[in-house]
Amino acid sequence: MPLDQSNNRIIYFDNAATSWPKPAGMMAAMIDYNERIGGSPGRSGHHRSLAAGRIILETREALAELFGGGDSLRIAFTKNATEALNIALSGVLNPGDHIIASSMEHNSVMRPLRYLESQGVQLSVVPCSGDGRLDPEDVTAAIRPRTHMLVVTHASNVTGTIQPVAALGKIARDHGILFCVDAAQTAGALPINVDEMGIDLLAFSGHKSLCGPQGTGGLYVREGLEKQLRPLMTGGTGSRSEFEGQPDFMPDKYESGTPNTIGLAGLGAGVRFVLAEGVAAIRDKEEGLTARFLAGLAALPGVTVYGPPDAASRTAVVSFNIAGVSASAAALELDERFGILCRPGLHCAPAAHRTIGTFPQGTIRFGFGYFNNDEEIDLALEAIRSLAGNGAPH
Amino acid sequence: MEEQRYVVFLFPSVSYALKAEKILKAAGIAHKLIPVPRHISSDCGVCVRIAEDKERDVEGELRGRVEWDKAVLL
Repeated sequence: MPLDQSNNRIIYFDNAATSWPKPAGMMAAMIDYNERIGGSPGRSGHHRSLAAGRIILETREALAELFGGGDSLRIAFTKNATEALNIALSGVLNPGDHIIASSMEHNSVMRPLRYLESQGVQLSVVPCSGDGRLDPEDVTAAIRPRTHMLVVTHASNVTGTIQPVAALGKIARDHGILFCVDAAQTAGALPINVDEMGIDLLAFSGHKSLCGPQGTGGLYVREGLEKQLRPLMTGGTGSRSEFEGQPDFMPDKYESGTPNTIGLAGLGAGVRFVLAEGVAAIRDKEEGLTARFLAGLAALPGVTVYGPPDAASRTAVVSFNIAGVSASAAALELDERFGILCRPGLHCAPAAHRTIGTFPQGTIRFGFGYFNNDEEIDLALEAIRSLAGNGAPH
Repeated sequence: MEEQRYVVFLFPSVSYALKAEKILKAAGIAHKLIPVPRHISSDCGVCVRIAEDKERDVEGELRGRVEWDKAVLL
């Protein structure tokens, strides 16, 4: 079991916010870049600059392999999934356009959409069921003549609920609508194939299940779509330097300024770890941990669990509440008395909490990861039993 | 003996040139990344230099996998 700064044992269950620990190769790749390479990629052309460029290319290639997208240059790097979603949403929608989103979206989607709504974009938020599921038929019913895009989280960051992405992608394609998927919670944790799922825009986070460092993320853009997708920022790209207009090709159009090369070196190592272990094996382990935890919670009186009842319908995320104890008080007790690190509250997703009936009080969220184990789950269940029995202070 | 003549492939950006490099390395075709010669383009990037007689082979490897702008005889 890992130790904290004071050498106390901790149980890290906040992987839905950011994964920890990281594979050993992640930090090794970052140190290696810093000590042996250090150049600016895509600029200068000397051999250290090219070596830096190769590191970023290899990270792109690993991601393209993971997402089944073919050409790795269809992936633009960003600082996080939020930036990628902002490009995808504000880059293509104009006043008068209609967009459909689910009621389980994170604020990384909702806030850009509410802003766009204030600028004249028409927004429909399709309600999900009480356990967070989006019914594809409800999406079909919401389509209008000017519907331009459907944006959906692949899995909720609050309940882990997995949306029927392939079915939604087919609906979008059949109606000639762009399909944007927020894969912040699923990239590296669930299988993703952009072609088979009909995904036009895939936003991902590098520092969660892709096992990279914070400050990394990206956006996959379907071939040709970059011609109508405006960049969020413009600036130097190292390419077409003789022109003052922004390049209109992938990935340069969305990658202005010196990139986070050291972070992308780490992300490459993280993604290669995921590829080597295999998404199926990672999913298998995380689903097993989640099933063990759900079964344990079901036996505890005074505990309410949100989201789908089965582990197969969710990522390794479980939101719950303990009767008589607020989420924030429980999280503090779990941290200070048991060394269990989790996230209480609204998880930047008020719409999702309204959907499951926990707004504004929120929930306690456990997010399991590939490096957790059964012993930690069992210790956490004992801790929750103790809190539920004692009725810790509000 | 005749002097070796070269062709350079120019790409939209260094990312493309490096992808081409990876493809040619895997295909076993001798190549070298060099700064774009000033008389060909004012772009400040790099290009891929190959032996003149390999131009068709290189085109065959790159087509459908990575875009290039043009190939120029040095």
